[in-house]
Amino acid sequence: MALDAESFDLLLSTVQRFVRERLVPAENYLEEHDEVPVELVEDMKDMGLFGLTVPEEFGGIGLSVGQEVLVNFELGRAAPAFRSVFGTNIGIGSQGILMDGTPEQKAEYLPQVASGALVMSFALTEPDAGTDAASLKTRAEADGDHYVLNGNKRYITNAPRAGAFTLMARTGGPGAGGVSAFILPAGLPGITLGRPDKKMGQRGTKTCDVILENVRVPASYIIGGVPGQGFKTAMKVLDRGRLNISAVACGMAQRILEEASRYARERKQFGKAIGEFQLVQAMLADSQAELLAGWALVREVAQRFDQKPPHVSDPDVSMRVSCAKLFATEMLGRVADRGVQVHGGAGYINEYPVERFYRDARLLRLYEGTTQVQQLIIGRELLRQD
Amino acid sequence: MKILVPVKRVVDYNVKVRVKSDNTGVDIANVKMSMNPFDEIAVEEAVRLKEKGLVTEVIAVSCGVAQCQETLRTAMAIGADRAILVETDAELQPLAVAKLLKALVDKEQPGLIILGKQAIDDDANQTGQMLAALADLPQATNASKVEVADGKAQVTREIDGGLETLALSLPAVITTDLRLNEPRYVTLPNIMKAKKKQLDTVKPEDLGVDVAPRLKTLKVSEPAKRGAGVKVADIAALVDKLKNEAKVI
Repeated sequence: MALDAESFDLLLSTVQRFVRERLVPAENYLEEHDEVPVELVEDMKDMGLFGLTVPEEFGGIGLSVGQEVLVNFELGRAAPAFRSVFGTNIGIGSQGILMDGTPEQKAEYLPQVASGALVMSFALTEPDAGTDAASLKTRAEADGDHYVLNGNKRYITNAPRAGAFTLMARTGGPGAGGVSAFILPAGLPGITLGRPDKKMGQRGTKTCDVILENVRVPASYIIGGVPGQGFKTAMKVLDRGRLNISAVACGMAQRILEEASRYARERKQFGKAIGEFQLVQAMLADSQAELLAGWALVREVAQRFDQKPPHVSDPDVSMRVSCAKLFATEMLGRVADRGVQVHGGAGYINEYPVERFYRDARLLRLYEGTTQVQQLIIGRELLRQD
Repeated sequence: MKILVPVKRVVDYNVKVRVKSDNTGVDIANVKMSMNPFDEIAVEEAVRLKEKGLVTEVIAVSCGVAQCQETLRTAMAIGADRAILVETDAELQPLAVAKLLKALVDKEQPGLIILGKQAIDDDANQTGQMLAALADLPQATNASKVEVADGKAQVTREIDGGLETLALSLPAVITTDLRLNEPRYVTLPNIMKAKKKQLDTVKPEDLGVDVAPRLKTLKVSEPAKRGAGVKVADIAALVDKLKNEAKVI
C-alpha cells in the first residue's frame, strides 16, 4: 500500500507549501487563542489531510509508512496543534478499525474518517492505567447481545472534537487478554466529557477526560467482532503511531535548528554575529548531527515497517520503532534546549518560536509510551532474542 | 470554448542554482524541478474560467523531456481536463516552443491560450509573443486581470507607469503576471483524479516542426559579486561618485 512516487511528490510539495504559507503564519493566533482557526480546519479537509492513511478504496490516499513519516516531518515544522486536528484520524483514532475491523466496520467508518466528516479519537489511558495499560479498569459487562460500559478515560486527545472513539474496555478477566477495543459513537447516552486539560504547551490541542456511565452498545461495536483482542489492536496501533511521533520530533527539531541558526546569524554581541563564536557553533553542530542521525533512523525503520506483512506485529520491528521513538524524541528535547540556549534571554520570551517549541516538545517524550516504556520494550526484546 | 495552457518544467523557485564548472550552463542534476510559477498562475486562471462556466475544456501542454509528464499531472491536479506532452530531448528555445504550440493551436482550435509571461529559468519572455505572431492572434501580455465575455477578453496589463486595459477578440494569446491570482493548494482527491486523466504524447516530427536551436550559448557565468556599499557625506560626493566611479551620469 503506497501512493505512486509522482503523486506523492506533488502531495509532499503541497504540504510543504501549506506549512510554510498557512500554518507557520497562524502560530501566534494559535498560541493566543488556544484554537486552530476554523478556516484552516476546512482547508485541511478540502486538501484531504484527514485521509492520508485510509486506503484509496475507502476514499483516502493510502500512504505507506515510509511516505507517512515524510509528511509528518513536514507537519512537524509547524506548531503541533495543527497536525493534531487530523492526527488522530490518520493515526491512533482510526488505525484500529483499518488493522483489525470487520469489512462492515471499515466500510461504515473509514470513508467518513477520510473526508474529515468524522473525527476519531483513541481512548486507552485512565487515571490509574497509563504506562501499565493492560491494567485498565473501564468495564464492559455483557448484557445479552449488548455491552454496558462504565469507567473513566484520561488525557484523551481530540475528545472534544470526536464523533467516535476507539476505546479500550475490559470485557473479560484481568490482564491484556481481557481487553476489547470498541468503536464508540460520541453521542451515546451516558458519555460525558471532563473539563479541557490545561497543559504546559501544545496550545490548540484539545484533551480531556471521557466519562462513561452505563453506556449501552451492541456487541457488534467491538473492533473485529471478537472480544479479548483489544490490547493487541492497541499495541499495533501504537507501533505505527510511535513512528509518526518520531517523524514529527525530527521535523520539529529541524524547525528549532533553523530558528536557532537564523538567530545566531542575526544577533550581534561583542561587535559580531553570535554564530561566529565557536561555542554557539558547537550547540548548532551537535543539534544538526543528532537530528540527521535520528531522521535516518526513523526513515530506515519506516522501510522495515513497510516490508513486514501489513497489520501483523513483528517484535523485531516494534523494538526498532521503540528505538526510533526513544532516540528521536530525546534528541528533540536536547535540540529544543539548545535552541533556547542559543537565543539566550530571548529564548525565554514568548515572542520567539523556540520558547513555544521548548514547551511543545516536552510532550513527545511522554505520550504514546514514555521513553522508559520504550526502553522496557527494547530491553525485553533483546533478552528474548537469542 | 477550449483553453490551451502551455506549462514549462523548470528548476524549483526555492533552489539556489549553480553554474556548471565548465561554464556551459546551469547544473540541474539532482535538483528539484517544478512547474514555472507564472504557468501555474495561467493554469489557475484557466481553471477559474472553467469554474465560472465560460470554458468547456482546459488542455495543458508541455514541451520537453519525458519527466514533463509530472508537470502536466500537476496541471491536471489543479484542474486541467487533459494534457499533451510534446516529447523531445532536444534543447528547446522559445521560437521552437512557439512553433510547436502553433501546430497544437491549429489542431485543437482553442478560444484562448494562457501562458506565463516568462519562465524563471531563462527569463526570455518571448514564447507568448512569438506564438501570437505565428498564429496571427491578438495578444495581451503581463496580465493582472482577465475577464471573458461575448467572444472578447478584457485584459488589464501591468506596464511601466501603471495599468493598461485591452479588449481582444477571441481567439487570443494572454500571458500572465504575478498578481493575476494566487494558485490554489492541490487537494489529495484531485491528485488521485489527475492520475486517471488523459495524457497524450506526440513528437515534434508528428507536428512537422523543426526544433533545432537557432541561438548558440557561448558561455554561462555567475553574475559579478556586489561589493559593500559606502555612506557618502553629502550630495556633492554622491554626484561625484556616480559620475566618476559608477559612470552612470
